[in-house]
Amino acid sequence: MSDAATTEARTIGPPVSRVPRAGWHAATVAATRSETPSAARIELDVDGWPGNAAGQHLDIRLTAEDGYTASRSYSIASSGGSTRVVLAVDRVPDGEVSPFLVDVLQAGDMLEVHGPLGAFFVWRPVAEGGSPRPVQLIAGGSGIVPLYAIAQAHADADDPTPFRLLYAVRTPDDVYFGDELAALAAASAPLAIDHVYSRRTPEGWPVPAGRITREALEGFAIPAGERPIVYVCGSTGFVERVADWLIELGHDPRDIRTERFGGT
Amino acid sequence: MTGHVDGNAIAGPLADFFSFDITTASGRCKGCGTVQEFARTMVYVSGAGSVVRCPHCDNVLAVLVDTGERAWIDLGGVSSIEVRR
Repeated sequence: MSDAATTEARTIGPPVSRVPRAGWHAATVAATRSETPSAARIELDVDGWPGNAAGQHLDIRLTAEDGYTASRSYSIASSGGSTRVVLAVDRVPDGEVSPFLVDVLQAGDMLEVHGPLGAFFVWRPVAEGGSPRPVQLIAGGSGIVPLYAIAQAHADADDPTPFRLLYAVRTPDDVYFGDELAALAAASAPLAIDHVYSRRTPEGWPVPAGRITREALEGFAIPAGERPIVYVCGSTGFVERVADWLIELGHDPRDIRTERFGGT
Repeated sequence: MTGHVDGNAIAGPLADFFSFDITTASGRCKGCGTVQEFARTMVYVSGAGSVVRCPHCDNVLAVLVDTGERAWIDLGGVSSIEVRR
């Protein structure tokens, strides 16, 4: 790629100095509750947390009695300067870490966290130096977590940037932050929300359940001609299908920011 | 975790080596010359560590190994790194 591409990359990514410095912190579980049948919402009080931008993540490290450690990344559903950090964790059935976090973790438990991490998959309000370009958010399943943080930051700042969220889930029971998203759609910062249900729709839904298609993406996403910045988060398969279609639909690859969770 | 993830996932492990968030830094692939943010790379995670590959030519850009006691990185597939201040 040419030097021009490097220059273009300069214009869209945030500078590294704008995110708080990452470090290891002791976190106390303040509250945990069921978010969906397979996920928990976990609120942490993180000692010394420097705050985080919307869209960042953290790593949680668990250490067994024999010294074995396992570390996993989780997106943060909250943003701003608070030391209260909100996560929403999906149970990966054969996972080493997530079943513990979803099914065993209780208020008062302690965790080791590393963060805030990642300055690439973040969004900032115009008032804080962010881009005024429209924003298309596309979530597959638990990929909603960082995108919810971004939409909440948009509403909290009463930011005028046009936002649209396309949220693909298996069934209506699998929607994360359902009440919060409904409130964001009604807030004054402009946000339109569209849903795609892959296995079961709400009653009376106009289209049958099915995986997201290129046609659905074309119908629901902000057109490439409006030059949106597009954030896509979900399983690796979901993200790569959607990103390929976005490029086919005329979006510049440099305007597409992706975050893959792995899996299928 | 099965399959691959992307460079966002190694922000934590890379924080052991760099004093800034490297996922927004751009690296030049020694294989094909493409310059891209580390967040856009493909990352294959195994028990021992992570292999970071160029999404365009599949060249191995970096290998990370973490034993708990020690962390090691090979950046042999990257010819230059650009950081935005």
